[in-house]
Amino acid sequence: MTPYRIVEKAASLGLNIIAICDHNSVENVEVTKRLAKEKGINAIPGIEVTSFEEVHIVGLFRDISSALRIQDIVYDNLQPGENDVDAFGYQVVVNENDEVLGFNNRLLIGATNLSVSKVVETIHSFGGLAIASHIDREGFGIIGQLGFIPPELNLDALEISRNITIDEAKKRFGEYSRFPWITSSDAHELSNIGKVSTGLFMEHSTFDELCLTLKGAEGRKVILY
Amino acid sequence: MKLQEIVDSLSLVVKTASAHLTKEVTGGYVSDLLSDVMANTKDGYVWITLQTHQNIVAVATLKELSGIILVNNRTPEPDTLKKAEEEGLPIMVSSLPAFEIAGLLYNLGLRCR
Repeated sequence: MTPYRIVEKAASLGLNIIAICDHNSVENVEVTKRLAKEKGINAIPGIEVTSFEEVHIVGLFRDISSALRIQDIVYDNLQPGENDVDAFGYQVVVNENDEVLGFNNRLLIGATNLSVSKVVETIHSFGGLAIASHIDREGFGIIGQLGFIPPELNLDALEISRNITIDEAKKRFGEYSRFPWITSSDAHELSNIGKVSTGLFMEHSTFDELCLTLKGAEGRKVILY
Repeated sequence: MKLQEIVDSLSLVVKTASAHLTKEVTGGYVSDLLSDVMANTKDGYVWITLQTHQNIVAVATLKELSGIILVNNRTPEPDTLKKAEEEGLPIMVSSLPAFEIAGLLYNLGLRCR
């Protein structure tokens, strides 16, 4: 899953927008965004933060600098520990030629000390979108971990994973239909990129248009298949 | 005490790595947060949890835990079983809830060191 290969795969599938959401880190986003731009794809800078309660929350940002600032906060609040390459694999930082620039030794698979509401608040403070990851998954999904979505949590969207259909999701999570829903591949391997995707009926493939579309502003729509 | 003794006393159903029940159990821990287990367990502990996804195997292996007891008759996911078998990590299932399993293990003399 190097930046180059991710972009090539996305381009071959005709995806217009992707988001790079590594666990608790943003170090491979800039290169991916640059490569994606050359292919006419908008790669949104993102991150998937693990809250203290082990809830995964995706943050999507307008620009790299906001994403990097969230990364600083996440790094400051990651629970201590070093990555174990046998247990969790190498955490590489890679350039556009698939060359390894370095390794991230932090325990990125671990949790931060940030509560889920603090994570959402922090994402919002940088103008980002806060999305509850894979709510249908028991492990690390907000409903699995907390039992419910706290009523005062201002999530911008809920993500349905590729593991269930939208119809099944509607049956199980109908009580949360007040939130916009999206679906994405959550690809941790190249072969999973584009397995599911969200249709966005909007003017341009931009972050700002995405924000408006999630709100349903002026005829824009989220289309789930 | 050995894991086999615990399996016998608590009537646990062994799902994986049944050849590795001779491991010495040094203590026990109850938690469903992986980060908590990573921070607070020691090698040889038996881990009591309801989490069934494959990350539990990575954590148990990393911390050299003697085995995992799943409570409430929880069924491990297929990927979890596969990884556990590969790592020689016993996963055992009980119909009891965590509170009672912990109590029974405590009665057998198990402690957190």
